[in-house]
Amino acid sequence: MEFKDLKLSKKTTFVIWVLIIAFIIAAPSILPVFRLNLLGRYLSLAIVALGVDLIWGFTGLLSLGQGIFFALGGYCAAMYLQITSSSEFPNNIPEFFGLYGVDNLPFFWEPFRSPIFSLFAIWVIPALVAGILGFLVFRNRIKGVYFSILTQAALLVFFNFFNGQQKLINGTNGLKTDVTQLFGQMVGSESIQRMFFWFTAILVIAAWFFSKWVVKGRFGNILIGIRDDEPRVRFTGYNPVLFKTIIFSIAGGLAGISGALYTVQSGIVSPQFMTVPFSIEMVIWVAVGGRGTLLGAILGAVLINYAKSLVSEALPASWMFIQGGLFIFVVTALPEGVLGWVQGEGPRNLLQRLGLKRKIETYPSLEIKNEREVLKNE
Amino acid sequence: MNKNTNSLLSLENITVSFEGFLALNDLNLSLKKGELRAVIGPNGAGKTTFLDVITGKVTPTKGDVFFKGKSLIGRKEHKIARLGVGRKFQSPRVFENLTVKENLEISVSTPKSPLNLINKKIKNDQLDEIEHLMKVINLSKKINSKAGALSHGQKQWLEIAMLLGQKPDLMLVDEPVAGLTDEETDLTADLLKSLSGENTVVVIDHDMEFIRRLDSNVSVLNQGTVLCEGTMDNIQNDKKVIDVYLGRPEE
Repeated sequence: MEFKDLKLSKKTTFVIWVLIIAFIIAAPSILPVFRLNLLGRYLSLAIVALGVDLIWGFTGLLSLGQGIFFALGGYCAAMYLQITSSSEFPNNIPEFFGLYGVDNLPFFWEPFRSPIFSLFAIWVIPALVAGILGFLVFRNRIKGVYFSILTQAALLVFFNFFNGQQKLINGTNGLKTDVTQLFGQMVGSESIQRMFFWFTAILVIAAWFFSKWVVKGRFGNILIGIRDDEPRVRFTGYNPVLFKTIIFSIAGGLAGISGALYTVQSGIVSPQFMTVPFSIEMVIWVAVGGRGTLLGAILGAVLINYAKSLVSEALPASWMFIQGGLFIFVVTALPEGVLGWVQGEGPRNLLQRLGLKRKIETYPSLEIKNEREVLKNE
Repeated sequence: MNKNTNSLLSLENITVSFEGFLALNDLNLSLKKGELRAVIGPNGAGKTTFLDVITGKVTPTKGDVFFKGKSLIGRKEHKIARLGVGRKFQSPRVFENLTVKENLEISVSTPKSPLNLINKKIKNDQLDEIEHLMKVINLSKKINSKAGALSHGQKQWLEIAMLLGQKPDLMLVDEPVAGLTDEETDLTADLLKSLSGENTVVVIDHDMEFIRRLDSNVSVLNQGTVLCEGTMDNIQNDKKVIDVYLGRPEE
């Protein structure tokens, strides 16, 4: 894999951001409720994509298990909502516990009665799990394809575990949030959903600023150094294990926030969040958008998912083919993703090929030209 | 403990076995502070393994390495680097996607903890140091260009500058003149010579003219052990060295 410099010019970034913010502000008034809800969900996916970009695009760690942290965030948010809305159910615990004869809230859910604890848990728990998992893996110098396989295996372990735990988390049925209450209103109601849309939009921008801050200076340069030549970083006196653990933990925290926002806007969290294809899709969004460009991760996540819902409505069952085709096209023709292509030599090369722009003068052609001129002068 | 307290680095009875193959075989070598030492030897003599042992990449099967009186065995690579051992690799290994300045920032930054790097700006004296290093390697004009866009020779020099930026007490330099022009080779030799005295430098190379120009003590490695040590003139006349390495002059 070759990584080129993918920094966007200030002007391009600014223009794209103005468009994005204008669209987000206009969206609630131009989009029907259903579409607005979809956009909100896809914006929340942009946050997990930012995390994938940090670990893969910048640090070179291809994780196929981000679904774990995404689902953990979702479960934390859903359980808080279920517990606070359970006053009319027997034993004052969420209704589903009754189905399995559970009378008391399992002890580890107790702290989730507190809204403050839950707000922290949404990102701290996934970040901690990612940090511990990451540390064990990185300390043993597992990298490359082995790292990817290991994260996918971890994903399957979590998937199977969550699927089988009816008495703790309602197993394969998952936890519903749309009929729970927040601020005295149904979470599925239009006004709460609209609030979540704004909240998501703000958090996407905040997550972008945060990621930008992380990769901007010397810390980000070390991440790129680890991606390109890890032993060299080590012999310069840095401990790559620490850097990788930190960035993997950050990506886990972002995935948790993303999962929580996605859950409350889609109305349910279930082990389906931890299926293998979903975690691979996260990587595809970043690859198509442009890895190493934070903006590309956001655009990739939102646009691909929007396309998915539009295509699936018009031509059901064809989306998988289109998505696969898109991925193959990007990998072969635009290895740096759409934004990376726009950013690099892409547009100029295309125009040249179509004969719309003059070719750049290269050294040999300059020499030939000069020789001709010399000949003419003689 | 270390018997020879005068030496900055001493390798004692180092043996490295790769599944039965002895890359180093009972190797003994010691360096005084401020010394410039050249290490030569035929392919497969164990030159690179010798550096791998010192920098912690390879753990020896037997023997011990002492640096400033401390054993290096069992220490991680980054810990050894922080103790003051710097290494330049055979082919230039700079971070090609970073600029010349960013490469040097990585090398001069201390402390090397994630928290320091993410929270704080680089210190002013470190910026001065970078400026100084760029003058030494003559790359001041390329400060903001990508290291990947430099010529081969410029990359070699950038890596040497990165090594200097680490301020190591011991510099291990592996084939610094591979692929350089004659003029660049001479400049590199002069640079390395000027560094010794204050720094302790080990240079590994094949290029006899270059080694001669270093005008230093030479250790000849063969089959994982030190064959002989001495000045260039001495070893060039040594019968064992001629047999295994230099070859007999044609008659």
